[in-house]
Amino acid sequence: MTTIEAHDAERPYHETYTHAPHWRSNDEEFDAAKIGMWLFLTTEVLLFAGMFCAYAVFRMMYPQAFANGSHYLDWRWGGLNTLILLISSFTVAMSIHNAQKSQQFWLRFNLFFTAMCGVAFLLIKFIFEYRVKWADGKRPGEWFTYAFATDPHEPIWWSIYYVATGIHATHVLIGVGLLLWLWRRAGKHHFGPNHYTAVEITGLYWHIVDIVWIFLFPLLYLIH
Amino acid sequence: MTSHDTHAGGHHHEGSYLTPTGGFWATVWNWATTIDHKKIGVMYLFAVLTMFFLGGAAAIALRLELLFPTQVVDGQLTGQMFGAADATAPGPGGKQYNHVMTLHGAIMVFMFIVPGIPASLGNFFLPLMIGAKDVAFPRLNLMSWYIYVFGSIFGVASILLGGVDTGWTFYTPYSTTTDPDQGSRVILMILAAFILGFSSIFTGLNFVVTVHKLRAPGMGWFDMPLFVWGIYSAAVIQVLATPVIGITLLLLCFERVFSVGIFDPAMGGEPLLFQHFFWFYSHPVVYVMILPGMAIISETITCHARKRIFGYRAVAFSSLAIAAISFLVWGHHLFAAEGELIATIFSALTFLVAIPTAVKVFNWLSTLYKGSIAINTPMLYTLAFLFLFSIGGLTGLPLATLATDLHLHDSYFVVAHFHYVMFGGTVIAFLAGLHHWWPKMFGRMYNEFFGILGFSLVFIGFNMTFFIQFILGTQGMPRRYASYVDEFHMMHMISTVGSWVLAAGFLVHLVNFVTSFVIGQKAPPNPWGGLTLEWLAESPPIEHNFDHEPIVTHGPYDYDEYVPPHWDPKDYPLPEPAEGSSH
Repeated sequence: MTTIEAHDAERPYHETYTHAPHWRSNDEEFDAAKIGMWLFLTTEVLLFAGMFCAYAVFRMMYPQAFANGSHYLDWRWGGLNTLILLISSFTVAMSIHNAQKSQQFWLRFNLFFTAMCGVAFLLIKFIFEYRVKWADGKRPGEWFTYAFATDPHEPIWWSIYYVATGIHATHVLIGVGLLLWLWRRAGKHHFGPNHYTAVEITGLYWHIVDIVWIFLFPLLYLIH
Repeated sequence: MTSHDTHAGGHHHEGSYLTPTGGFWATVWNWATTIDHKKIGVMYLFAVLTMFFLGGAAAIALRLELLFPTQVVDGQLTGQMFGAADATAPGPGGKQYNHVMTLHGAIMVFMFIVPGIPASLGNFFLPLMIGAKDVAFPRLNLMSWYIYVFGSIFGVASILLGGVDTGWTFYTPYSTTTDPDQGSRVILMILAAFILGFSSIFTGLNFVVTVHKLRAPGMGWFDMPLFVWGIYSAAVIQVLATPVIGITLLLLCFERVFSVGIFDPAMGGEPLLFQHFFWFYSHPVVYVMILPGMAIISETITCHARKRIFGYRAVAFSSLAIAAISFLVWGHHLFAAEGELIATIFSALTFLVAIPTAVKVFNWLSTLYKGSIAINTPMLYTLAFLFLFSIGGLTGLPLATLATDLHLHDSYFVVAHFHYVMFGGTVIAFLAGLHHWWPKMFGRMYNEFFGILGFSLVFIGFNMTFFIQFILGTQGMPRRYASYVDEFHMMHMISTVGSWVLAAGFLVHLVNFVTSFVIGQKAPPNPWGGLTLEWLAESPPIEHNFDHEPIVTHGPYDYDEYVPPHWDPKDYPLPEPAEGSSH
């Protein structure tokens, strides 16, 4: 390994990259990584499916509490966050394209921009939504202190809201971490047409984070 | 690796994967950072067997308590186990009994039997059997081992801190309200199961991709050994079911820590939702436990009977069918808690599982027909599997029948049933596989006499312990109780004595395996004359498994037309060499 590095010191990592010894080619390794990521995303979908299932059950049990609940949420903040995530989905897809074309500046730009979209999403979520609602007493379960509730089961609505969006926000946070890590590696010219596995599969992950939000947004904010 | 070419074979340029690298600490470091699937398999084997020992010790303690249960006689507490009775417990001495029962259940389910076969034997042999150098994601593989150890530490910590009494199922609202002052132990145990889930998902995901992408040239899907099919089916379930327990345990944790009320009826929550979520994972995972066992049986029965498997495709597809149906039957754990129509539907779906399972059993039986059956430890365990698993499977049917289930559920009949499946099926198959592959894994033969002695003790001990529990159950002995009425004493005594015989059997096996390192005969590459690819490798295999990537030229079970190279039946006299075995 060291001899190769010394020999190819002037060539960027992505050009000299060769697959791990148990693979037959770079392509097969890349394909396997993608299949692995798709399987992992399947588990993510099933994880959130449990949450959606709980949402459906309680919505059937307490339709009034859920109707009240979605009125408490401001669709404009949710809509803005939806827009931010959609834009970030585009930029992360572009970053894969940039890696394939070896457009190093735009690769770094798009990775960083996507990460910043994630940060913006989280800031909006925490500052303009969680913080305000928590202060109003719109809290989950036994923490609930909101004085003007009209349905006794509103605490359950807030439990579903906080847990579902909280788990999603955790995923966004992890995604931001991954994107910044990629951005740093892209700065060292780790990715190019010959090798961009990490960009590709992180992109897949980022898309699933978006898609989950695409389902959460109407269910929580828009349906009354 | 290359600095140590002291392998006994001499002509190989690489040493076996067991060759130490430098000094003691260098070797430890090498193992701790290895990405070799064989080493990780061995580390998993060690870890799960340690957990099996812990869970087994708890089981022996439970049986000991039930030999002379603590009882209140004339206002005086009698009995011998677990110290004095707890005033807050549901029955005399009950609290401690519940702790030990939870310990036994949680350890055996989450830390032994779910990861057991796939992570140890599967990790070691799946790549070898498809002619690969490693699993698809070796680093993820190592990570899953560390996550497993980390999760197990959480579980053991919760016990050391005083124990958990929820049972391994964590039913709400009991699990969210028990031990209000000591809630962190319950949380630790829930987190342990949550963390172990990640390990399970990563192992399963790795195996699925490995099977798809790393088969040797010439190996189509229907040229794969049936072990690979079984592990593959189990891996699919692991990937698809485990996330659901992930979200369930996460919600349970939030419930316990933040009182979010989702499962709490007092706040409008729905405890039944927990049961549905829980069993949506935990029923499919029952097949994660048994499918790898079935996978082993397909190998041992063909190899030691020197016979082509009867109905290869039927066995392969029945694994997938079991995996598919397993997702549709979770409701049979809630017969007493759900509506009649739903219960009827789940009952019907549950009967469906019997079909692919019976297909397998009949195919294995037909494989034996006119085979050249070697009576050695792997084969004896294989035959025991057929016998015990059939009892376990058939006693599942009265439990799937609504009318009989109302009488039998939550009784010892259920306990006996699932022990016949999990122990009589999975653990027995695990032992078959362990003996079958021991020479390949460690390059040493175990002692056949002590192997058969251990088998006899395990077989007799197991049946003594659990068969009587069918009768106890039908007569009304409820499960999970620390005490019972006097009429049951004789039967409980038989069961407890059986558990000692069972433990003695395991001890014999343990000693046999450990001493094989010292006095065991050196194993040839192919002691049983097997035709699957792992027998082409050295015993133990070299670091990269094969000198050259193997090319598949014959099926895994072509015993009637192909004699394996390097195999001399005279070394390990089987009843007949391969050519004459088939008619």
